[in-house]
Amino acid sequence: MDTKVAAKLRILADAAKYDASCASSGAPKRAAGAKGLGSTTGAGICHAYTPDGRCISLLKILLTNYCLYDCAYCINRRSSNVRRARFTVQEVVDLTVNFYKRNYIEGLFLSSGIVKNPDHTMEEMIEVAKRLRRDHLFAGYIHLKTIPEASPWLVEQAGLWADRLSINLELPSQQSLEELAPEKNGGTIRAAMGQMHERIVEAKAEKRRFSPAGQSTQMIVGADATTDEGVLRTSDGLYRRYALRRVYYSAFSPIPEPSKVLPLKAPPLQREHRLYQADWLLRFYGFSVDEVAAGGDAGMLDLDIDPKLAWALKHRESFPVDVNTADRELLLRVPGLGTRVVDRIVAARRHTTLRLDDLARLTPGLKRARPFLVTPDHRPTRLIDRQDLRARIAPKPAQLELFG
Amino acid sequence: MLMNAASMVQIRLGPGADLDGFRAAARSLVAAGTPPEAVVWTQGGAADLFGAPVLPDGPPLSLPRAAADLVQLVVCHRDPERFGLLYRLIWRLTHGEKALLEVMSDPLVHRLAMMGKAIRRDLHKMHAFLRFRRVETAKGERFVAWFEPDHHILAAAAPFFRNRFGSLDWTILTPEGRVSWTGGALVFGPAATRDEAAAGDGFEEGWRDYYESTFNPARLNTTAMRAEMPKKYWRNMPETAAIPGMVRAALSRVDGMMEREPAMPTRRNPDKAVAAMQEAGPHSLEELNRIISGSEPLVPGATRAVLGEGPVGAAIAFVGEQPGDQEDLQGRPFVGPAGQLLDRALAEAGIERSATYLTNAVKHFKFVQRGRRRIHESPTAGEVKHYRWWLERELDLVRPGLVVALGATAALALAGKAVPVGRNRGLFRFGDRPGFLTVHPSSLLREPDPQAREEGFRRYCEDMRRIRELAAA
Repeated sequence: MDTKVAAKLRILADAAKYDASCASSGAPKRAAGAKGLGSTTGAGICHAYTPDGRCISLLKILLTNYCLYDCAYCINRRSSNVRRARFTVQEVVDLTVNFYKRNYIEGLFLSSGIVKNPDHTMEEMIEVAKRLRRDHLFAGYIHLKTIPEASPWLVEQAGLWADRLSINLELPSQQSLEELAPEKNGGTIRAAMGQMHERIVEAKAEKRRFSPAGQSTQMIVGADATTDEGVLRTSDGLYRRYALRRVYYSAFSPIPEPSKVLPLKAPPLQREHRLYQADWLLRFYGFSVDEVAAGGDAGMLDLDIDPKLAWALKHRESFPVDVNTADRELLLRVPGLGTRVVDRIVAARRHTTLRLDDLARLTPGLKRARPFLVTPDHRPTRLIDRQDLRARIAPKPAQLELFG
Repeated sequence: MLMNAASMVQIRLGPGADLDGFRAAARSLVAAGTPPEAVVWTQGGAADLFGAPVLPDGPPLSLPRAAADLVQLVVCHRDPERFGLLYRLIWRLTHGEKALLEVMSDPLVHRLAMMGKAIRRDLHKMHAFLRFRRVETAKGERFVAWFEPDHHILAAAAPFFRNRFGSLDWTILTPEGRVSWTGGALVFGPAATRDEAAAGDGFEEGWRDYYESTFNPARLNTTAMRAEMPKKYWRNMPETAAIPGMVRAALSRVDGMMEREPAMPTRRNPDKAVAAMQEAGPHSLEELNRIISGSEPLVPGATRAVLGEGPVGAAIAFVGEQPGDQEDLQGRPFVGPAGQLLDRALAEAGIERSATYLTNAVKHFKFVQRGRRRIHESPTAGEVKHYRWWLERELDLVRPGLVVALGATAALALAGKAVPVGRNRGLFRFGDRPGFLTVHPSSLLREPDPQAREEGFRRYCEDMRRIRELAAA
């Protein structure tokens, strides 16, 4: 590889790593034609893991880390002393194709600092996607980070080439945005999300291709004073209003060039983890934000136990539930039982009566679920009242907190 | 139940996954009514031993889809018991327990499901962690990989690589066999050794650079890494050599970041940046038209974008639907039959065409090919909205006194929602723009009854006269 390109790659991959999103899922299944390159399987593939436990699925880089903006939490802000670099459109295309051919990646995640003006930057990003699709008949995954301040027709063009579009909300409230990202405007961001949502829905109805894997966003957690409840309320609104596929939570991470207005200490990574769990409960388990928040304290989730267990411990009157008769909705509230396990329980009990041994084969989480379940050979009525129940089933502190 | 040796049936299958052999054996065993306890499954041995059929061929088995999928997976497993377990499953499915696979708590189903899961994982890891290296040959570039799967999955993994790397020549080598994709066919071959694989690739170093740079030392979590990427895969992945060094340096890198004084912001005044952002977007019709011309048609096929025509500051702007066949060929709006009819109506009403601005809601011709003819197709609501931003900007720059929507598509683009033309014909406000709504001239052309057409045209000319009066006022 060209040494100049390699040097830029180091700078522009480093600059992009604070974006939590890496998913390559949700695109329609595609296979390369005889002359084409690339496919999507629907599920996405993680091609490697770094020692931070995060996967590498896409080549995640910035087109450039020069930026007109001065967002306090961002390493690439105008006033940061970080080294700068800038890829050409063709360099990004060549890197993507060459990495892809060696089976290193599922595709490209392209973001950028804003140079010259938003339109110029957005046009260059679109040009990358266009050349990949047209010159290389590239059928792999493309995720473009849309620049909300760019002209609306550019968002429309981006959706024609990308599998997923995203705009980072960055901070959960307009007030935080004003403090930490003075040039960003929450209204502009939401307007762009609304525009994308409308186009995605229409394209689906008209069987056209427009960002088929939907849109996502990211919020930085711990850089401002917003509580978990506040964060989740914002997410809930985004899911409802714009049908986002994912909201990513990125625990504010110490950066080599910190700004003065930021807290000195990073939030525990466990906080990010709990937010993801709570987010999951909102989307797949029928929990409301109020319910999730009620499991915690003063708007913050319990860092020691997962939010579903926290809720269950505060609602002991709802348990135990009978595995063989309880509604699906109720089973979904049992700690240790995931959606797939609940589906299996519901399917299996149509043909048989489930006993504790049977459950052990259906879920690896039986130990946690036991105090909340009834089977013909197990009735834990007393256990549920025990004062030390929390201590008995709460997991030992995980090593994740090492850097808390 | 104990069987005596004489009543036992011995089935010998080929090496590896041997899905076909197992299927044939299962068919004939079920047809012969042989219960699972009476079958001994073995693999390998001399070809002539399993060349002769043990039992006559049986009719096809009708298994639930999920069962067929599970069989296909589990035959890839290394466990020698897999055939016996699968046959027990098939036996029970065909003997009164049709819904058995829904009972995931059943010990047999559970065990097979775990085996299936192991295969799926093995396949997934092969799809993910296999690394090609580029090799120059006389015929061009070729990509070669070495991989050591846990189970007999080479044949099951190959279609993924075929679908993904259709235009490349590639070979995957494994200790059990090899597969190549050349000239549009998958060709399987004998076992390989590691030294047959290519030694290096000019891009591996760059990939390692990327791998190192994308790691955030403040989030070190090697347990999570190893859970997903067990060490056994590391030796065949070029990037993993960097791991020990990355882990070692992580703590000091984080300490360094925490100790560093926050940087004093050098230029915090955002005015320039904000001003630059507001500068974005085209400031003249020429600039906008350049963007429109350079953009892709939403529905492919059109020759070019057909731009609006007429003077900036025109008193009247007419907005049509989309260019037709003639417009697409000539690159000008309203030059086809409908445009000629519009010209006649304008002339009758005393409106100078060259003094008006003429444009379309959608800038590209959409059609279906019927023989040599290109038949106009109406744009969908989504397509109209997609082009709407351009139209809005275009009218902002032209600044007409009155905007006339010709037909429902133009009305949709201007109003942002569907507006029935019949009921709203006449004066109409499109947001901030004073406007007028009338039919598209092509609707007059489509009228089959000559008298009705005559009447329609007369009414159209009346509309045009009102438009002239409104624009003059």
